[in-house]
Amino acid sequence: MSALAVSPALAPGKAAPYVIAAYAVFLAIVLIYVAIMARRLTRTEKDVQQLKRELDQRAAAAEHKDEREPVL
Amino acid sequence: MSTVLAVLRKDLRLELRTFETLPAMALFSLSTFVIFHFGFNQAAIAGQLAAGVLTVTLLFAALLGAGRLFVAEREQGGFDAFLLAPVDRNALLVAKAVAMFIFLAVLEVIAVPAFGLLLLGPPLGPRLPGLIAVLALADLGLAVIGTFVSAIAIQTRARDLIAPIIGLPLLIPALIATARAAGPLLAAHGSGSPPTKWIAILALYDVVFALIAYAVFDYLLED
Amino acid sequence: MTTFGRGLRTLVLATVLTIIVALALVFFYAPLDADQGFIQKIFYLHVPLAIVSLCGFVFGGLLAIGHLRTRNRAWDMRSYVAIHMALIFGVGGLITGSIWAKASWGHWWDWSDPTLTSFLIVLLLFATYQPLRFSIEDPERQARYASVFAVVAAAFVPLNFIAVRLAQQFVHPRILTLGGGNLPGSMRLTFLVSLLGMALLYATLWKYEMTAKNARIQVRRLRRSLLGDDSVRPLGRSAAPS
Repeated sequence: MSALAVSPALAPGKAAPYVIAAYAVFLAIVLIYVAIMARRLTRTEKDVQQLKRELDQRAAAAEHKDEREPVL
Repeated sequence: MSTVLAVLRKDLRLELRTFETLPAMALFSLSTFVIFHFGFNQAAIAGQLAAGVLTVTLLFAALLGAGRLFVAEREQGGFDAFLLAPVDRNALLVAKAVAMFIFLAVLEVIAVPAFGLLLLGPPLGPRLPGLIAVLALADLGLAVIGTFVSAIAIQTRARDLIAPIIGLPLLIPALIATARAAGPLLAAHGSGSPPTKWIAILALYDVVFALIAYAVFDYLLED
Repeated sequence: MTTFGRGLRTLVLATVLTIIVALALVFFYAPLDADQGFIQKIFYLHVPLAIVSLCGFVFGGLLAIGHLRTRNRAWDMRSYVAIHMALIFGVGGLITGSIWAKASWGHWWDWSDPTLTSFLIVLLLFATYQPLRFSIEDPERQARYASVFAVVAAAFVPLNFIAVRLAQQFVHPRILTLGGGNLPGSMRLTFLVSLLGMALLYATLWKYEMTAKNARIQVRRLRRSLLGDDSVRPLGRSAAPS
């Protein structure tokens, strides 16, 4: 451990900002990742909603057709 | 084997007739030496600095040449012709790598004496045998990686960008080993033989990447 | 079509639990380092990040072999996500390493530390993975070339470490020989739990991303069959496999 022993160890008070910064960087990266994934999830959700609307419309149209069929 | 020779002969003949790649590489190296001279503002350099200048110049000249390696095939439909022929596909890799090696060797015949004349402080003569050994090993790595990178880049849209950005990091270990092996050689009172450790690493690098390139080259060609 | 989401919840729970235990160990159990003091706590974050990132790169290369052998594009997607995640972890490892270097050696960057240097080179190489993919339009060829690149780059990782390690004249004391050989027991335990937590986080995010990509592809497919080809935005130039 010679080379490290030469460099003076920082006092806890001076070291704390660095340690906090390092863990904050880690947290920030994870949060940014979550934010990006959240945006993609919203997009997927919108697509699924549109698909659901389309299916509902089709079902309604089919029902409509069924009602008129006996008359014809 | 005959395929390798046929492709190699074609490439060399093409170069001899057009004189396109080699003069460009040589001129590029000479200009780079001039630029280094003014950049350092020194009449003569020696030791690790000289080795670094030489290695970096050759590295960039090699990437310059590698960019042209498959251009004829791409533009004239040579890939399709090669794929239609009932030959081992790796023959193309071997032929191109050998061609690249020859280009580099010829380039160094011009560039190394020019370097000795223009920039190197200590006399080149006694250092030449050791330097040739180091550069031969370095050329092997440059030829293999250059061919591999060029084969990938030729099929991409931004091929002039892709080849150097992939090639440079891949070549860093070879660059380290070459520069460190040549450093003691070019020192003012250097010994005539390069350090064995770095020669061994350079050789290891060459062997490993030659084998890997040989193993994966097949997949770059099929379509 | 495989379901990638299966087991994801268990994995998330295990990850959260391990990371909480790891943090508790780091700040309340592991003793202060005799030489470095409090600053050494970064070590429990930085080193696992770097190790997991490097393993992720090699993992991506192995998955790429799977793609080249089977021609199944699912393997390419796995490899893509593995390298993508490893890059994110790698950037984190580089930044935390830089902070550590500043705190303990006084410089943001230290060329004499071989691990830091070779890590940078590996990161530079893998950073070209996305531009390479982006530059190839045909999806089949994109997958194939990306796999070839991933295999070569994975083989590059150990070779690069040998070359750079030997290139340093004096080497910083290796606080870590893989597995924490010369650490006191309590610190080694803390380190190993941190490493496990980081590896689990990588696995979770990898699985999560795969699930998300899989879901998007399914939705795309449904849109195409329900609403017709026009409703699907053309994929266009994309680096991601589809």
